[in-house]
Amino acid sequence: MTAANNPFAQVLEARLGQKLASHSAPLGEMTIEVLPENWIAVARTLRDDPALRFDVIVDVCGIDYLGHGDTEWDTSDVSSEGFSRGVEGAGPGRFRWEDRPRPPHIPRRFAVVVHLLSLEHNRRLRVRAFCMDDELPSVPSLIGVWPGVDWFEREAFDLYGIVFEGHPDLRRILTDYGFVGHAFRKDFPLIGNVEVRYDPDKRRVVYEPVSIEPRVLVPRTIRDDSRYEQAAAERKAGK
Amino acid sequence: MEEIRNYTMNFGPQHPAAHGVLRLVLEMDGETVVRADPHIGLLHRGTEKLAESKPFNQSIGYMDRLDYVSMMCNEHAYVRAIENLLQLEVPDRAQWIRTMFDEITRILNHLMWIGSNALDLGAMAVFLYAFREREELMDCYEAVSGARMHATYYRPGGVYRDLPLQMPKYKESRWHKGADLARFNAWREGSMLDYLEQFCADFPHKVDEYEELLTGNRIWKQRTVDIGVVSPELARAWGMSGPMLRGSGIAWDLRKKQPYAKYAEVDFDIPVGTNGDCYDRYLVRVEEMRQSNRIIQQCVKWLRANPGPVIVQNFKVAPPRREEMKDDMEALIHHFKLFTEGYCVPAGETYAAVEAPKGEFGCYLVSDGANKPFRVKLRAPGFAHLSSMDTIVRGHMLADVVAMIGTYDVVFGEIDR
Repeated sequence: MTAANNPFAQVLEARLGQKLASHSAPLGEMTIEVLPENWIAVARTLRDDPALRFDVIVDVCGIDYLGHGDTEWDTSDVSSEGFSRGVEGAGPGRFRWEDRPRPPHIPRRFAVVVHLLSLEHNRRLRVRAFCMDDELPSVPSLIGVWPGVDWFEREAFDLYGIVFEGHPDLRRILTDYGFVGHAFRKDFPLIGNVEVRYDPDKRRVVYEPVSIEPRVLVPRTIRDDSRYEQAAAERKAGK
Repeated sequence: MEEIRNYTMNFGPQHPAAHGVLRLVLEMDGETVVRADPHIGLLHRGTEKLAESKPFNQSIGYMDRLDYVSMMCNEHAYVRAIENLLQLEVPDRAQWIRTMFDEITRILNHLMWIGSNALDLGAMAVFLYAFREREELMDCYEAVSGARMHATYYRPGGVYRDLPLQMPKYKESRWHKGADLARFNAWREGSMLDYLEQFCADFPHKVDEYEELLTGNRIWKQRTVDIGVVSPELARAWGMSGPMLRGSGIAWDLRKKQPYAKYAEVDFDIPVGTNGDCYDRYLVRVEEMRQSNRIIQQCVKWLRANPGPVIVQNFKVAPPRREEMKDDMEALIHHFKLFTEGYCVPAGETYAAVEAPKGEFGCYLVSDGANKPFRVKLRAPGFAHLSSMDTIVRGHMLADVVAMIGTYDVVFGEIDR
């Protein structure tokens, strides 16, 4: 749906003006993108404007776009020899900390996505801001607009290392006391770095380097072959 | 005069009223709470990251283990997100089955809640009563999926299989025999729908029993009335949903406001509180059990009259029937591809939410076109609720903290994920 025939998009354009970097409505779900410097101003407008009135914060989450669209199963130049043909790459779960992918500088790697709900208008909105710096990703905290973002921002900080400037209590929340690293980043190994067990000799719980091997059974594959084209065509034909 | 200082108290993570693994660091002034700092994450398993490393269907079972007292509702949010991206049309019968099982799940959850919350506040008997009916409903889970809790019954495109025509019976054993055995099997002569019909006819009387134990009970009221008052403004600001929001007088229910499955076609009411205290939320949940019962009755009626497919006939997403596999090469290939590689989901993102018993349970799914999700974010209602703990319990007594934890209906499977 384009802005011309979507009244909600027109409202957003009118109220947010230049602060609205882009908008789209895939699958009918309105999504807007804003720059981090406009983050709080946009949030205030979304909450307070009578035509918008997004009073409930549903969710805040971080996303790491490293490896978006990568495939591990290369079928285009496949050979008929060998069993493990094609499987390469470092998708989630395939590496240890020492072998983790060390990506070059990637602009627009980390994003913060906020889901909002307006009880009054019965409407949902997704707002996304890409962090400018992938070394130290940061966006301003929305805690002054919706107090409910408190723990959600702590979670995004904990798992993705996104710093929410102005958050009064940005501690880790889900991971262990003394945890090192940001567990949900795509370059953090699925098996983790440490494991814990009770040591009967020392009579306390001890931390040791992780002993399990990284192992993923099914390679990550992106297919655009005829099966999916056919399924899409059948859907269109109303079958 | 000697100066009296505040002291810090650790509540949990092994306290029986902490509902699992909540560690609450309380700063106390005598018996009054000055500050509450919940430490969560002791049950963090990284479900969302695990899901990124597996084909879509293999993570359905993890959803059961999030909110492990409302299993199928979690599955529902996840499969709905996948269906959105695939743009699948789910058969009507599957939608009705999902509606029915969502409501069975709601009753299961509220029974667990009423039992454990009453136990926390000193009423032992309700727990025993509530578990009696929970058992009967868990038998329905078992009858359709083989598992009493972690069912993995919902699949993208429908449900795994149709409802059984014969409700499993108790067999004679040292523990079940004679008149007892006959009583246990009295409802189980016919199909699962017959069984549920009898359950629904009986259940309102059971709810009356719980209410008789609690609603007018003086001690219960002393422990809950005017305790943990959540104003409507507070509820909105902290992103509350479900009974926490409705207890404060806001008539918001996704089943009515943004209907999914077959909720637009069933008749039910949304109970709303007035004061926003623990007692109102108790009344809301009790009434929700009665309304769920009504919905199940309507589903049973529809399902009885309308046989049909329960999963899409699109073999790119759902497996073909087992019999076909035995003599059809094409079906065998589909089966093999589905259970090894899975299916690719078109690139895009979606947020699908359901009205889980605890509130809005959502699944934000980002796909880059692969056979595994790129990012899964599970929005747990309990996470948002518990974050308001500090604001609400300040100034309350220590014993009211227990009442508050109970009324949040926290389950750490979903909060810690």
